[in-house]
Amino acid sequence: MSSIAQHSTSGTVTFEPLLFFFLAAMAVTTAVMMVVHRNPVVSAISLIGNFFCLAGFYLLLRAQLLAVLQIAVYAGAIMVLVVFVIMLLNLGEEQSPAFRLGFRTVIGTGLAIGFVLEMLYLFVLTPFTEPLRRDIQAGAGVGTVEAMGAALFSRYLFPLELTGMLLLAAVIGAVILAKKRLT
Amino acid sequence: MASQLVPLAVFLPLLGFLLNGLLGRKIKHEALIGGIGSAAVGTGFVIGVLTLLELLRAAPDDRVRIIELVPWISAGGLTTGIAYQIDQLSVVMLLIVTGVGFLIHVYAIGYMHGDPGFWRFFAYLNLFIFAMLNLVMADNFLLLFFGWEGVGLCSYLLIGFWYDRNFEKGTTGDAAKKAFIVNRIGDFGFLIGIFLIFTTFGSLRFQTVFAQAAVFEMGRNVMIAITLALFLGATGKSAQIPLFIWLPDAMAGPTPVSALIHAATMVTAGVYMVARCAILYALAPVSLEVVAIVGAATALLAATVGLVQNDIKKVLAYSTVSQLGYMFLALGVGAFSAGIFHLMTHAFFKALLFLGAGSVIHALHNEQDIQNMGGLKASLPVTYWTFLTGAIAIAGIFPFSGFFSKDEILWKTFAGGQWGLWLMGLAGALMTAFYMFRLVTLTFTGEHRWAQGKHPHESPKTMTIPLIVLAFLSLVGGILGIPASLGGSNAIEHWLAPVFQPAYDRMALGQHQNHALEYALMVLSVGVALSGIFLARTWYGRRKDIPESLAARFAPAYKLILNKYYVDEAYDAAVVTPIRKGSERLLWKGLDVGVIDWTVNAVARLFGAISRSLRVVQTGLTQNYVLVFVAGVIAMLAWLLAQ
Amino acid sequence: MSVPLPYFLSLSAVLFTIGVIGVLIRRNVIVVFMCIELMLNAVNLTLIAFSSALGDINGQALVFFVMAVAAAEAAVGLAIVIALFRNKQTVNIDDMNILKW
Repeated sequence: MSSIAQHSTSGTVTFEPLLFFFLAAMAVTTAVMMVVHRNPVVSAISLIGNFFCLAGFYLLLRAQLLAVLQIAVYAGAIMVLVVFVIMLLNLGEEQSPAFRLGFRTVIGTGLAIGFVLEMLYLFVLTPFTEPLRRDIQAGAGVGTVEAMGAALFSRYLFPLELTGMLLLAAVIGAVILAKKRLT
Repeated sequence: MASQLVPLAVFLPLLGFLLNGLLGRKIKHEALIGGIGSAAVGTGFVIGVLTLLELLRAAPDDRVRIIELVPWISAGGLTTGIAYQIDQLSVVMLLIVTGVGFLIHVYAIGYMHGDPGFWRFFAYLNLFIFAMLNLVMADNFLLLFFGWEGVGLCSYLLIGFWYDRNFEKGTTGDAAKKAFIVNRIGDFGFLIGIFLIFTTFGSLRFQTVFAQAAVFEMGRNVMIAITLALFLGATGKSAQIPLFIWLPDAMAGPTPVSALIHAATMVTAGVYMVARCAILYALAPVSLEVVAIVGAATALLAATVGLVQNDIKKVLAYSTVSQLGYMFLALGVGAFSAGIFHLMTHAFFKALLFLGAGSVIHALHNEQDIQNMGGLKASLPVTYWTFLTGAIAIAGIFPFSGFFSKDEILWKTFAGGQWGLWLMGLAGALMTAFYMFRLVTLTFTGEHRWAQGKHPHESPKTMTIPLIVLAFLSLVGGILGIPASLGGSNAIEHWLAPVFQPAYDRMALGQHQNHALEYALMVLSVGVALSGIFLARTWYGRRKDIPESLAARFAPAYKLILNKYYVDEAYDAAVVTPIRKGSERLLWKGLDVGVIDWTVNAVARLFGAISRSLRVVQTGLTQNYVLVFVAGVIAMLAWLLAQ
Repeated sequence: MSVPLPYFLSLSAVLFTIGVIGVLIRRNVIVVFMCIELMLNAVNLTLIAFSSALGDINGQALVFFVMAVAAAEAAVGLAIVIALFRNKQTVNIDDMNILKW
């Protein structure tokens, strides 16, 4: 990554912010589309798009393994499962609007907006991340496969095994729950 | 020493109760059950005899033994124990209770034959003897009260023994309850008396209290209060005015029960108690007067009611109330040993009369109305002759035992200057003779009036032998009290004198040695009795028309005494019904339901209301819950930020 | 670091909020699930951003596990939805309200 930065001398630093804002816009757009669209399949597809954007972010942050895992697991497995289910249940378009209007909506939306404003205030306007702004190591390769592997198989070995069990349990559970009763 | 065995005599009946009570249902042989019960009491009698012999051999001033078993209460100033006092008075009572008790146990083996509750009967009888012995042998008021309550309990259990039978206007259970509750009223008085004794003398042991009383001031109000309170207890237990109403109803129980409890022993507990506390009564002449008047009045009143009753047991019940009145009359005029002597002879002949009545009832298959009897002399010879003996004894004919004891009482009353009371006693004696021989005549002589199909036959030996023994005792029992005027030594009076001496000392009784007057009164009372007998035999024998026409002419009076002066009805209206109604309306519906239940329910309703208002949070809608999460998270974050 | 950390965090907050709003207002239960996944991903982003900023691998390890758990949760959740659909013939979340007082 640093070689690319070296090539474009003037635009070394500006390449990443540009990419960031582009991906950010995409992410937000797809997220909103997912929330708002009437057709559940379209919602699913836009969420997939959102996941791809997030994968891009992870790459920006030098988390290579996770970027790939994001695409493989989230976009490739989970969302596929969701799409399968939508099609299995043969869901059509929802009535318009796709979301309910009412008391709960207003309150919820209000709260959520309050939340995000709060967060923005925290991150942007306060010196919350001051210490972090300074100590960032550019190009630090913490997200490499080797590093992740080393961590997972040493410090996080037990949770790793447990996760295996969890997935097994989930598989069995899903099969049992969704099994059709043979009359 | 035999006296050391007295606790054994007291506790053997308890053992009999436990054996028969716990195992009786499984023991199939009636003889064994009856044997256990009788042996427990019989052994007590033997111990009593041995103790008597021991006391006789001792010097006259060395006849008191105290046997302490275990300490019972030791709190503050009160120390009592389970301890027994063996002295002249208690030994007499011990012999009476165990002796007559034993005979009645044997009789009951025959009488209760075939009853499904046979084992229960003997268990209760033994329990009764246990309680009664505690009562008479106790050395302190508390143990006496324990026995007092115990005999009340056993009386309840035994009156209601046939719990599935009806009795007059209610059930046997009602009769049992009546006995217990009326007794309770008396017990209230007894307890007040005990409390006062404790606060006045600081102890409840007889020896301590009576020693202090011997030098106590005369006529103090507290003593009047104590003695009257104790006497209230006695009127309850011994069926005097105003608490005698339970005794006629107690006839609902089996006849051996009537004989043992309501003739010979339990009802005499009040007499014993007053005699035991003689010194206390000597210190309160007012109370003695009250005792005498109540006794004489009861004697007369009960005798009038007994004149016209048609149930064989009712006649005997009222007779018992009447004779108990005589005993209290004796106590009231200061003739304590005469009262105890009459207690003893009465135990003999009244038990005999009741057992004989039981024999008749048994023979006629539960017929108790004398109007349906008659002519049983031929079929029940032993019963007849023994019953006749008892009747003569109670009528007071020389030389039967009843003559000596009753005459002693009348003489002492007259000699003490209480002529009004003497006259009441004499009138009562006339009536006693009359109603007893009315009973004898209607039951045993004349033509038979019983229902078709009944074949009366003499009772089995287990029933007739006790009758014979008691008849013998009724005949010769008077030996113990032959007065000086007739050349005797009045053994019983001398025997009991040390017990009552402290009382005599404080009462300043003169020794009236007017033999001539005594003879005259004796002749008078015998004459009165004989005329009563003659009148009864005539009116119910040859001239049956006379009582009938008298009843018709004096119909209102006849109805009045037939219905026992409506005393029960009066109590019911004045006391029972108001209390019941008041309890129902005020205490039950008002307080219990209205206040207590309402409060408890209100608490429940309160919680219900609170939960109803709180549980609307559980809407079941997932997104509501999420909303709450979000709100919570935001709130927490805001708070953290504010830190 | 060319993109300052706060930018990532703010983006993450925005995505998270969009997810929350989606959970609260959508009627289709499957879309609600997807919104929950969005929320999870927003958090993942935060974790990775911090991990990268601090040079610490632990954040990324955590994200690893979050992904695994999210996968398991999605599988089971969708199985439940299918079972519910069989009974009630609807995926409207308002109709799934029998766990109430």
